Amino acid sequence: MTHMLAIGTQKGLFLATSDDRRSWRVSSAHFPGHAIYAVAFDTRGPVPRVLAGVDSSHFGPSVLISDDLGESWQEPEAAPLAFPAGTDAAVERVWQIAPAGPLEPGVVYAGTQPSALWRSSDGGRTYELIRALWDHPHRPEWGAGYGGQAIHTILPHPADPDRILVAMSAGGVYRTADGGETWSAANRGIKAYFLPDPWPEFGQCVHKVARDAADPDRYYAQNHHGVYRSTDGGDSWESIAAGLPSDFGFPMAAHPSRGGTIWNFPLVSDGERQPVGLECRVFRSDDGGDTWQPQHKGLPDGPYYPVVLRDALCTDGAAPAGVYVGTRAGEVFASADEGETWSMVAAHLPDVLCVRAAGV
Amino acid sequence: MPSVLIPGVLRAESGGASRLEVSADGSLRAVLDEMGERWPRLERRIRDESGALRRYVNVYVDGEDCRRSGGLDAPVPSAAEIHVLPSVAGG
Repeated sequence: MTHMLAIGTQKGLFLATSDDRRSWRVSSAHFPGHAIYAVAFDTRGPVPRVLAGVDSSHFGPSVLISDDLGESWQEPEAAPLAFPAGTDAAVERVWQIAPAGPLEPGVVYAGTQPSALWRSSDGGRTYELIRALWDHPHRPEWGAGYGGQAIHTILPHPADPDRILVAMSAGGVYRTADGGETWSAANRGIKAYFLPDPWPEFGQCVHKVARDAADPDRYYAQNHHGVYRSTDGGDSWESIAAGLPSDFGFPMAAHPSRGGTIWNFPLVSDGERQPVGLECRVFRSDDGGDTWQPQHKGLPDGPYYPVVLRDALCTDGAAPAGVYVGTRAGEVFASADEGETWSMVAAHLPDVLCVRAAGV
Repeated sequence: MPSVLIPGVLRAESGGASRLEVSADGSLRAVLDEMGERWPRLERRIRDESGALRRYVNVYVDGEDCRRSGGLDAPVPSAAEIHVLPSVAGG
């Protein structure tokens, strides 16, 4: 099997391939100069599809797909995502592309700035706005983090197509159990220290949510200060920050097949966004966040300042699981042994915004 | 018949053409509406789906910045030359 790693950066998409996940061949930039905030592999069809959210600072956002692993890219004549007339809104950026579960081949979700969720039924070529979430009465009160107001996390339930969990900055976690017809906030137990009422129904600044591989009702969330776990499908959340050196950071990633194993990259604080102790360390938990262990063998030694953004930490579907991390210094590291050892995939790239990996 | 000059960076969406002829005139909106029908991928790089000109795209009608002459309502004579240019922006 060939392993492929998609690296979305501030100035282009890079595709890396490897036979052993230790030695990598990295392409030149696809879409040079364009910011790639979202990239996805869809391996449900007869050929693996790469989907890329391509953002031009001059000419706006789009989604392009490739069915030949980046040899060529297709964009439909009609805009892949466009707010319907009457909404008086325009897509500013595509933050997330998420193929649905195996029960819905051809269905792909996208999350955008401003905060909106979109559904494609043609494999990710064109998308329709999920109107019930856009029309949610909370929407006028949703805030915006420094990165903007966006739905950046979409977790379709693997066994129940009617259930989807999304997360947005700075509105919090929302979920549907009826295929998107109705949505409710799901933030009980998540603190919003930056609001007058620190325990609101919504308005939390969630940075990333990951779903447990073995139990689809277990979630792990990195917030703007605060690391949480839900064991009841999002009904409630409890802190799992005690074993980490900090409760601030952006990403959260789950093992592809083993329950309870997750990865995180802590930063000092909101006001000091750099690795704790200036050490480049990924933290892994094997017990759902009760305890955490640093992993850094093969990662840079010495003072380390770069940040890992919310989608720049991911796992693949191989066994043992591969783990990948990209930094705002344009470095990408890969582990073929679940984070025990790391090797460099690339350096001197533009700021890494997202990474995704798959066997192709 | 107005003509629209396409910057090099957008010519993948105009079939490689540096100049497009349009039949619509009267206003910049009419010209862009026709472009949206004929070259939708090109037009949506100039305007977003709400109809607004993208912030970092400049459009000149016979050398005049449309933002100083009515925006999308800028008058477009029948022989006008419309110049689309990315603005000085980005990092």
